[in-house]
Amino acid sequence: MSVTPLLDVRGVTKHYGRHIGCKDVGFKLYPGEVMGIVGESGSGKTTLLNCLAGHQAADAGQVIFDTRVEGPRDTLLMSEPERRMLGRTDWAFVHQHARDGLRMGVSAGGNVGERLMAVGARHYGDIREQALDWLERVEIDGARVDDRPTTFSGGMQQRLQIARNLVTGPRLVFMDEPTGGLDVSVQARLLDLLRGLVRGMGLSAIVVTHDLAVVRLLADRLMVMKDGHVVETGLTDQVLDDPQHAYTQLLVSSVLQV
Amino acid sequence: MIEVSNISKSFTLHNQGGATINVLEGCSFTVAAGECVALTGMSGAGKSTVMRMLYGNYLADAGRIEVAALNLVEAEPREILALRKGTLGYVSQFLRVVPRVSTLDVVAEPLLVNGVAEDEARDRAAQMLARLNLPQALWDLSPTTFSGGEQQRVNVARGFVYDYPALLLDEPTASLDGQNREVVLSLIEDAKSRGAAIVGIFHDDGARARVCDREIDVTSFSVGRAA
Repeated sequence: MSVTPLLDVRGVTKHYGRHIGCKDVGFKLYPGEVMGIVGESGSGKTTLLNCLAGHQAADAGQVIFDTRVEGPRDTLLMSEPERRMLGRTDWAFVHQHARDGLRMGVSAGGNVGERLMAVGARHYGDIREQALDWLERVEIDGARVDDRPTTFSGGMQQRLQIARNLVTGPRLVFMDEPTGGLDVSVQARLLDLLRGLVRGMGLSAIVVTHDLAVVRLLADRLMVMKDGHVVETGLTDQVLDDPQHAYTQLLVSSVLQV
Repeated sequence: MIEVSNISKSFTLHNQGGATINVLEGCSFTVAAGECVALTGMSGAGKSTVMRMLYGNYLADAGRIEVAALNLVEAEPREILALRKGTLGYVSQFLRVVPRVSTLDVVAEPLLVNGVAEDEARDRAAQMLARLNLPQALWDLSPTTFSGGEQQRVNVARGFVYDYPALLLDEPTASLDGQNREVVLSLIEDAKSRGAAIVGIFHDDGARARVCDREIDVTSFSVGRAA
């Protein structure tokens, strides 16, 4: 299969002084694939995600994205305006804490509409209509469109953040612990929603989490990190059911059965 | 359709003193289109291990596992995913689904991912659930709270709703009553007659005798038990 990878990551490395954030990470992500990155706190998974998404500067490596117009380009070498444009169009970033990804002083509809306006939408009626459509898709009552996210529950805020991110039809979504900090029942709803959206829109996604149940249901492939290094990769169910590395075995066997 | 040559499998338990359990060695067999082959052998012989390797769920240490000309031992994750999507079905004993998704949608999914239109996919899923006598009142509910026999039928429905050219069946008649066992056996016969290559584990002797053309005794590949 000679398909161009959507994202081709090579040798991404980030140090914090003498401490390793992540070291020599490489992988290819193909269109429509969802990759999970698991590991405990401090394993470097969030550092890696931030380097990939351009939120942190990597010390070395390449993050080659298959752009719509110019084909594969190393995003680490892009100018700041180019990268910002990418972040508003083809890329989306779902933060663990919804308030990091939302504008808390702006209405729900405004939060969704703002991203549309950033890519040039100007017609108020259209923007409002699309915002309402997206609120419905993420199961937020349209009657709340003019309310601020500060009046929303944690689960609703997270769903609003997802709507804000997906409204522009991105091709690649970065997610940092998207279900972290939510009640288990709310997590299931969010997972179901995310899975439906990812499948329906043919999105590619990179999901960082420490929750193995989340990756089992959401991710096609898995990357396991420890101390900044990738220790194991493979098909999600294979890595979870037949883990090869000592650390992965420990991780899998440490999950409490319910 | 399925060609297994000389595979071996061991498990190394790094967190239990690095103990290594050798399970299989020199395991080879083939399954042709339209054929149903039973894996036999006592508990612990490695039947499930072979099944899981055939699905790409377990890695083989060495050898080749070809399903529809793809060697699973060397394949990339996305190639295995593509194989599972359109070519290789699996009826396991466990149902793993996202809570909240209705039974009808769970069963329609294999059709949807293969490009069948939504209405038709739901119609076919409904027909399959009706054939397996799953009460219609359950179709809109998530199968997570179903009884063992009901979940088993949802699993079977998912495996047979799409015409996979190759099918793996892990005790497909377990926990089913006589009537539904009969339905499952007829589904297997239908799949064989349309040319599916099937590998199964059947503890039900009668079922095995009826649908299987051959038996492969996994014990003959078991390490330390063969001699």
